[in-house]
Amino acid sequence: MGELRYNHAVNRAMADAMAADPTVVLFGEDVAGAGGVYGATRGLRDRYGGKRVRDTPISEAAIVGMAVGAALSGLKPIVEISFIDFMTFAMDAVVNQAAKMRTMFGGQCSVPMVLRTQHGGGAGSGPQHSQCLEAWFAHVPGLKVVCPGDPASAYGLLRAAIDDPDPVIVVEHKALYATRVPEPNSLPILSIGKAAILRPGRDLTIVSYGAALRAAAEAAGRLAAEGIETEILDLRSLQPWDEGAVLASLARTHRLLIVHEAVEAFGIGAEIAARMADVGFDELDAPILRVGAPFMPSPVAKALERRYLPNPESVIAAVRRLLA
Amino acid sequence: MGKTAPTIAKPVSNDVRLRRLYRTMLTIRRTEEALVGLLAEGLIPGFIHLSIGQEAIAAGVMDVLTPADTITSTHRGHGHAIAKGIRLDKFFAELLAKDAGACRGRGGSMHVADIAQGMLGANGIVAAGIPIALGSALAHQTLERDAVAVAFFGDGAMAEGLLHECLNLAKLWNLPVLFVCEDNGWGEFLPTAQQIVFTLDRLAAAHGIPHVPIDGNDVASVAQAAGEIVANIRSGGGPAILDCHTMRVGGHYEGDPQRGRDPGDLAKAAARDPLTIAAKDLSNAAVAKIETEVTADIAAAIAFARLAGEPGWDDAVASVYAADAA
Ligand SMILES: Cc1ncc(C[n+]2csc(CCOP(=O)(O)OP(=O)(O)O)c2C)c(N)n1
Ligand SMILES: [Mg+2]
Repeated sequence: MGELRYNHAVNRAMADAMAADPTVVLFGEDVAGAGGVYGATRGLRDRYGGKRVRDTPISEAAIVGMAVGAALSGLKPIVEISFIDFMTFAMDAVVNQAAKMRTMFGGQCSVPMVLRTQHGGGAGSGPQHSQCLEAWFAHVPGLKVVCPGDPASAYGLLRAAIDDPDPVIVVEHKALYATRVPEPNSLPILSIGKAAILRPGRDLTIVSYGAALRAAAEAAGRLAAEGIETEILDLRSLQPWDEGAVLASLARTHRLLIVHEAVEAFGIGAEIAARMADVGFDELDAPILRVGAPFMPSPVAKALERRYLPNPESVIAAVRRLLA
Repeated sequence: MGKTAPTIAKPVSNDVRLRRLYRTMLTIRRTEEALVGLLAEGLIPGFIHLSIGQEAIAAGVMDVLTPADTITSTHRGHGHAIAKGIRLDKFFAELLAKDAGACRGRGGSMHVADIAQGMLGANGIVAAGIPIALGSALAHQTLERDAVAVAFFGDGAMAEGLLHECLNLAKLWNLPVLFVCEDNGWGEFLPTAQQIVFTLDRLAAAHGIPHVPIDGNDVASVAQAAGEIVANIRSGGGPAILDCHTMRVGGHYEGDPQRGRDPGDLAKAAARDPLTIAAKDLSNAAVAKIETEVTADIAAAIAFARLAGEPGWDDAVASVYAADAA
């Protein structure tokens, strides 16, 4: 019993799903031979064979479109798109095809495909390799979007995504792949659409997901030293998102801050804030605040990127406004 | 596009087969003619793209497919759906956006599909069906099914980079997929000769994929060529391209005034009518009998569709995700 690394959890989820269901296949750029840019697919071709685990050429539009056709014809494909930034080339297959088919074809089919990709900054990768574009997908009816923030959810959400009859985008985070936790006693398959309380608290609620949870947790720790008790909710699933859990937390704390790494404007936080301003209006003792990236492309320079990303200081500053 | 002279294939002499092909073509023709009237009546939402004059391609290719084979289609997909075996009553109900339609009235003309028949959808997005056919072929190959997938696309789609990605992948993985280009010389309102500098045979050669040019208005030739190519694909021969030269009789969409189109071009198309070409090898009695039967089938289907109920709001809203999903 050692530790569980995030990328190993992702790997184990695919391995277990492939063992359980012979129709699960995996393809993408460098997933078979190289084992994935972040090592998440290492060893899978050896275990499940070159027919089920395939390297593809650099053809995102074609391979995601193929996943749609494969899903219509009896396979459960997992496609890895190594950076969410490259999804731009595959948007038609995702937005116009996969997302629409259940409705557009009158329920004749499911499109049980999974797109694994990763987002986020912290590595100085710059404007075309650091974006957090998950809100694009959450905006499209027919898609589901999950965003695991720790190794256990990386496993549990990916298993759920593979089992799900609808197309699911699994957005991992490049800065999380090497994170590790003590090997959990059990690794349950999670439910898409369910949030988790990572830290209970009575004074305010922080809703976050993915790597931004780390800034929230760090901030909450420091605030606790001042006697401010922060409740942290990990959304885990962005579409659908757990409105009930957010509302219940808001009803306990009456103050809400949403923290995400994506650009703040028109983001996931905007949707949550708008819903809570509606269904949670009576619970609010303060305006709903957000912490997200400023409206600019990701910088390359370390100092600029540090300031660009949500960090404990920016979270604490927002909390102080919320409690003022 | 290309001016390549049709070459391959002796006509099929089998009378039974020709009658079957003629019936399929006539069903498509009379169906689309009826759609013109229904559109004018205001019963069809949106706009429709007719395949009048191009029926031989759908009829000929689908004649050599089995129900296990899959196809993807285009915005001009009525003929593909009909030839692949969609029931006419469900087809018309779909075009009228009725709950009894093949897609419960949620797809309409540009998204008609019959998954059980292997018809994986017309498509409102040019070239988008091509990778879907590839994925279906990948499933056939991975699950070791004795089936092929066919991607129909127009000559205009040749300018989409996606076609190149798909040719490369199909060859790389030796997928059981047939690419069928319906080359009608037009992409919307501009001749494809003014859009594309290469020819499909050369694109095929670059990918090492066999390219078979054919007179797409001669249904017997299409069926013959498709039969040989599909048999080769079935036996593991890998992807191929059937390049069908045809003519768009109507406009891009029904109601298109076709400004700027040479009237002589339309006369040429009429002279190359695939129904006329096929009828030459059939007896008058056979043609008349098929006409009577097809007319009756279509009348019944339209009567059904007219009376069918409208789709319900709650059902539609609930259709976005699987009911049994997490
Ligand atoms: C990606 C995309 N771009 C543009 C259009 C608009 N459009 C619809 S049909 C068409 C022409 C397609 O030409 P072709 O593929 O030759 O098919 P044809 O209409 O001749 O059957 C265009 C440009 C579209 N539907 N999808
Ligand atoms: Mg054309």
